[in-house]
Amino acid sequence: MSIDLINEARRQTEICNACRYCEGFCSVFPALTRNKMFTDGDITHLANLCHNCRGCYYSCQYTAPHEFDLNFPAALAEVRQDSWERHAWPQPLARRFHESGVAVAAVLIVGFVVLFGMLQTFRPASGEGFYAYLAHGAMVSLFLPAFLLPLLSVIIGLRSYWQEIGGTRIRWSHIKGAGLAAARLKNLDGGQGQGCNFEHEDRYSNTRRWLHQAVMYGFLLCFAATSAGTVMHYVFDMPAPYGLFSLPKLLGVPGGVLLTVGCVGLAWLKTKADPSLGAARVWGGEMAFIALLGGTGATGLALYAATGTALVPVLLAVHLGFVLVFFLLLPFTKMIHGFFRFVTLIVEEQKRGA
Amino acid sequence: MNSDVLKGPWDIVVVGGGNAALCAAITSAEEGARVLILESAPKTYRGGNSRHTRNFRCMHEGPLSVLTDSYGEDEYFDDLMLVTKGKTDEPLARLAIRSSEECLPWMEAHGVRFQPSLSGTLSLSRTNAFFLGGGKALVNAYYNTAEDLGVTVVYDAEVTHVHIEGDRFTHLEAQVGGKSHRIEAKAVVLASGGFQSNLEWLTRAWGPAAANFLIRGTPYNKGAVLRDMLDQGCESVGDPTQCHAVAIDGRAPKFDGGIVTRLDCVPFSIVVNRDAERFYDEGEDVWPKRYAIWGRLVAAQPDQVGYAIIDSKSIDLFMPSVFPPNRADTIEELGAQMGLDGVKLAATVSEFNKACRTGRFHPTELDGLATEGLAQPKTNWARPIDTPPYYGYQLRPGVTFTYLGLKVSETAQVHTASGPLSNVWAAGEIMAGSILGQGYLAGFGMTIGTVFGRIAGREAAAYVN
Repeated sequence: MSIDLINEARRQTEICNACRYCEGFCSVFPALTRNKMFTDGDITHLANLCHNCRGCYYSCQYTAPHEFDLNFPAALAEVRQDSWERHAWPQPLARRFHESGVAVAAVLIVGFVVLFGMLQTFRPASGEGFYAYLAHGAMVSLFLPAFLLPLLSVIIGLRSYWQEIGGTRIRWSHIKGAGLAAARLKNLDGGQGQGCNFEHEDRYSNTRRWLHQAVMYGFLLCFAATSAGTVMHYVFDMPAPYGLFSLPKLLGVPGGVLLTVGCVGLAWLKTKADPSLGAARVWGGEMAFIALLGGTGATGLALYAATGTALVPVLLAVHLGFVLVFFLLLPFTKMIHGFFRFVTLIVEEQKRGA
Repeated sequence: MNSDVLKGPWDIVVVGGGNAALCAAITSAEEGARVLILESAPKTYRGGNSRHTRNFRCMHEGPLSVLTDSYGEDEYFDDLMLVTKGKTDEPLARLAIRSSEECLPWMEAHGVRFQPSLSGTLSLSRTNAFFLGGGKALVNAYYNTAEDLGVTVVYDAEVTHVHIEGDRFTHLEAQVGGKSHRIEAKAVVLASGGFQSNLEWLTRAWGPAAANFLIRGTPYNKGAVLRDMLDQGCESVGDPTQCHAVAIDGRAPKFDGGIVTRLDCVPFSIVVNRDAERFYDEGEDVWPKRYAIWGRLVAAQPDQVGYAIIDSKSIDLFMPSVFPPNRADTIEELGAQMGLDGVKLAATVSEFNKACRTGRFHPTELDGLATEGLAQPKTNWARPIDTPPYYGYQLRPGVTFTYLGLKVSETAQVHTASGPLSNVWAAGEIMAGSILGQGYLAGFGMTIGTVFGRIAGREAAAYVN
């Protein structure tokens, strides 16, 4: 455990606890008033509860050059980032992709090569839609493990995180509270709907919140589209391709648009914001992740738009390459924050009720 | 900064960059005036003492924004009379109180956000509207509003002289970027605060003891403009030797420690001086009513230092401190840690413990649990200090603000013996002594600043238009 990061966050937390001016911004400040002393687990919990809205930083009377040198969003971001890496499994993969956009790009290229190779190798004699280029069986044999292995990794990581922050028995009310907070991104609304302090320094803005919502709901729609396709294939014996007025397309097309637009917007916003209020060492990795996620959406849309043209095999390989790498790197990129965040919101419901 | 900007032409120059200055600047800019703000601090420290504030005391006839119930003019005025012991200017005070009600919506309309009373301050939910994020967030909001209105702000601009000819202000001199500049405007609003960070001035009033005072607020309130105006024959109000001081954590920074350096442990403690002797009734009243006198009490002790001693029974009864307390398993050890004579401290504690009697202890109200037979009694919350670990906090006087200020009229105009200056207005701490002659009422400084800032801005704009 990076005890220096935790200790620095604890030092700042104790100053915040003696001040409390920021109570109305988000869940972090009411949460820290529950304690006078903070265990490492408490600090990790607070760090993952923080959504980096930065309201507290710009309101703080103790930021540098004041000798208290508070930068609470950055201190928590460092602990948060560290917690994702500490709990990552397997450990050798824990840091590289968070820190290095080049590493993400390299894996992406490998992904493309694999997919192009498969398209060459496993091109079926006959088939409809995508299955004309890559047999269904080959696709499943690649993507099923590429989905299940990361999922297993996430579960292992979350389990040890859950123990560290002191999760208890989950009740429906905890999930409901956490779900509502996540669905509205309550912790990025500044406490009163005015939004956070990101691209315009001390001026509030909801742009980041809306763009994040676009990404989140876009991703969920895309995921739902894929799930719908799977169900239609296996349960109702309705294999792809699907027309525009089918469930996978009705979910997937708006999802892809939201995901793409949201990612482009978030990347643009990130260039406007002060990197020193976050975990600065992962700036590049975060940017690469946004590109990976947005690329997944954009290439999916491009593939659909290219239906019936000669571009389909190339775009299919590129899109599936994005999807493959997105899933494989899921436990080791910024994507993991969604899982940690949701678990943290559940535990916060538990602690608040306790 | 391009120094051409200082040439203007300006209608109004506002000296200072805190709440009162910003309220004045915004108000006059909305009336169409060309306004320049000269803030002596750099941008990161802008806002004077306003950046350390947290709420606004507000009269209201019914629930208003985050304020519950009602808080009428007379009750508000009575509260003021209680703390100032009558040292106030009633017409000005009532003007501030009455105007506060319309200020709150004005503040919201100009970007200020309020939040419900902070945890640990529920007693203020009816009278004081808390700023979301505190005073610095308020200051940020006002700077943004001012910027949108075309107000120009120059930081690191230290005004050295406000030139008066006859009854008129003509120009002022300021140090900006290491150079002296002459800045002309049709009118001036003085909102540059008090002199509480001018240690030399404090020493003149308090003697060498002032060297041990901590200044809770900005180091930029040196009182240069106040001094300059007084030297030019402006009328003053307030006791020049007095400052509002509270007992704060002795390990606080010399300046700018702000809210977190407060210590709320005194009522549950015994407080001793350098010689390990008690010197005042720690349980005289609830802490919100007593913290202010403790600044003065500690200032009167040798070396201007006190030590609050509690045991583990009381450690969770007050707001957390910013620095961890000293902690030891015996009183002797605790005393030694804090640089006191441990044996003597143990004797003081033991004598106190013997004087405690049994009874109901109630931390949030006057419980009457008093000592018996002590020359220096403790009249409430007197529980024996007998359960280790023991904790100790060093106390020092923390100066919040000074009382001496410029006398103003109901239109915030600055006066000399021969009458008002025709184009000089003052707002905020620089004139607050008119209303707060003694004591302090939480959130009232912001009320005075907001009300008189707006009046000054309005009057100055009317003058130049």
